[in-house]
Amino acid sequence: MNARFLPYVLIAPVTLFLCLFFLYPFVLVAKQAFSTGAGFTMDNFRDVVSYWKFPISMKNTLLLAAAVVPVQLALALLMATMVNKMKRGRDLVLYVWTIPLGISDLAAGIIWLAIFEQSGFLNSMMHGLGLIDRPVNFLSYQHPGVVFLAIALAEIWRATAIMLVILVAGIGLIPKEYYEAAEVFGASPWKRFTRITLPLLRPSLQTALVLRVILAFEVFAVVAALGGTLFPVLMGETYAYQFDLLNGGAAAAMALIILAISIGFTLIILRLLRVPKGATI
Amino acid sequence: MTAVTTQAPDTRRAGRTVYAAAVVLLCAWVLVPLYFLFINTLSSPDTVNSFPKPFVPEFDTGSLAFFAGFAGMLSALKNSILVAGMTMVMSILIGAPAGYALSRFDFRGKEVFRLLILLTRAFPLPLLALPLAVMFIRTGLDDTVFGLALVHTTLAVPFAVLITFSLFSGIPMELEEAAWTLGCTRLTAFTKVVLPLILPGITASAIFAFVISWNEVFAAAVLTIENRTLTAFLLQNLDTSPLHLKFAGGFILVVPALIFIFAVRKYLFAMWGIANR
Repeated sequence: MNARFLPYVLIAPVTLFLCLFFLYPFVLVAKQAFSTGAGFTMDNFRDVVSYWKFPISMKNTLLLAAAVVPVQLALALLMATMVNKMKRGRDLVLYVWTIPLGISDLAAGIIWLAIFEQSGFLNSMMHGLGLIDRPVNFLSYQHPGVVFLAIALAEIWRATAIMLVILVAGIGLIPKEYYEAAEVFGASPWKRFTRITLPLLRPSLQTALVLRVILAFEVFAVVAALGGTLFPVLMGETYAYQFDLLNGGAAAAMALIILAISIGFTLIILRLLRVPKGATI
Repeated sequence: MTAVTTQAPDTRRAGRTVYAAAVVLLCAWVLVPLYFLFINTLSSPDTVNSFPKPFVPEFDTGSLAFFAGFAGMLSALKNSILVAGMTMVMSILIGAPAGYALSRFDFRGKEVFRLLILLTRAFPLPLLALPLAVMFIRTGLDDTVFGLALVHTTLAVPFAVLITFSLFSGIPMELEEAAWTLGCTRLTAFTKVVLPLILPGITASAIFAFVISWNEVFAAAVLTIENRTLTAFLLQNLDTSPLHLKFAGGFILVVPALIFIFAVRKYLFAMWGIANR
């Protein structure tokens, strides 16, 4: 086949597929969100935003992201630098640390349910230590703080690995000579980290943060498993509109709102961590 | 003077101890919750619901037997495997050619194409299931395993393209050119030279696609009603199902993940490192 047409033939299937199942659905969801049957309208958005659960679920989603993402970033950076220096057992440690990468959010929620539920391991441990006489029902409306903590811990447990993998790969690309030169000039390990690792890791940090923040706004199954209706989040409300209230237009409007927030934060992260042109390794 | 010389190895040893302790602690952070799930799964339903909990499993298969006997659970498991299998095959068949094209050719519109692929990563894709639910009803794909596999392929195919792109880029063009001069056509050079080298990497990215589909909850819950996948089934029954059923279900969800991550561990970092540039 002619080499001029071959690349187009090769990319045609993906392009067609993504047009049909990625771009076209976006047109559909927008159409659905801006119409209630007759013509253009903002009614769906007005309904959704004025619903009493909307401010709470918005606040919860943002709060959760604000609590979880910085911890994950710090943890992933720590793990990545630790692994980088490791001589023995690196493969084993990396395998263990990346296990959560393959675990679904629903499974992660169930795993942490085993710890926090009324007859769970946290209660058993506290009972064993003599701190409590009877098991406490942590995941109830009397303990909103614990519900939040359980969800945040499950999210941190599950999704730190994805940042870790990106950062470990990124650190691997930084030339060793920079560190050797810094050592010659007597830079402390902390200086080397802040002056070499962090700036050169910027493209990886960018990707890791974008990916992670978008996933944070999509949080759904962890919350469903641990908090249920106690902790409404945007994605859960979208699901409720579609299934419990059978209101497709409102669900579409919610989808667009989540989308807008995701895009907004993506742009902010890209801007904050932008890589100067020609400054890549 | 002597104080200084004895202090230096001391602090170094202390530093090493802290470092080792931190590694062990972080490993425990990952493994202990998994171990708790393991205890609950391998305990009888009565023990799972009792208090206080034992900290060693009693190796009773009661919970798992209950899981297997629960109405609809086994067919949900079968659906999950089917959807993930289809997603795996489709995303590689559709994605790998594009990855090859990106690594080997310079063509007009390459940047636009790359942007389209990267764009998919900046969107919460499971939300696409909402409009697709309507579209699928019109085309008769609603509540089918194949329809869900199409949506999961949308999730997995950008990864397949980027991963195969980085894998193909790792194989020098010269190898193919040498094969051409020795009488191979473009196709035979690909099947005889490139494919054997790339096959383990392709397998790894196929497994990755399988895991993406296996774990997906939202789209699965939106698009299936009768033919629930395991994740959708568990989600739907969260309010009503007893604890031991949840834990056994969670365990069944986790096991393939453990095996798959182990199988692809060599490729994990190479795939992500370059796929994210």
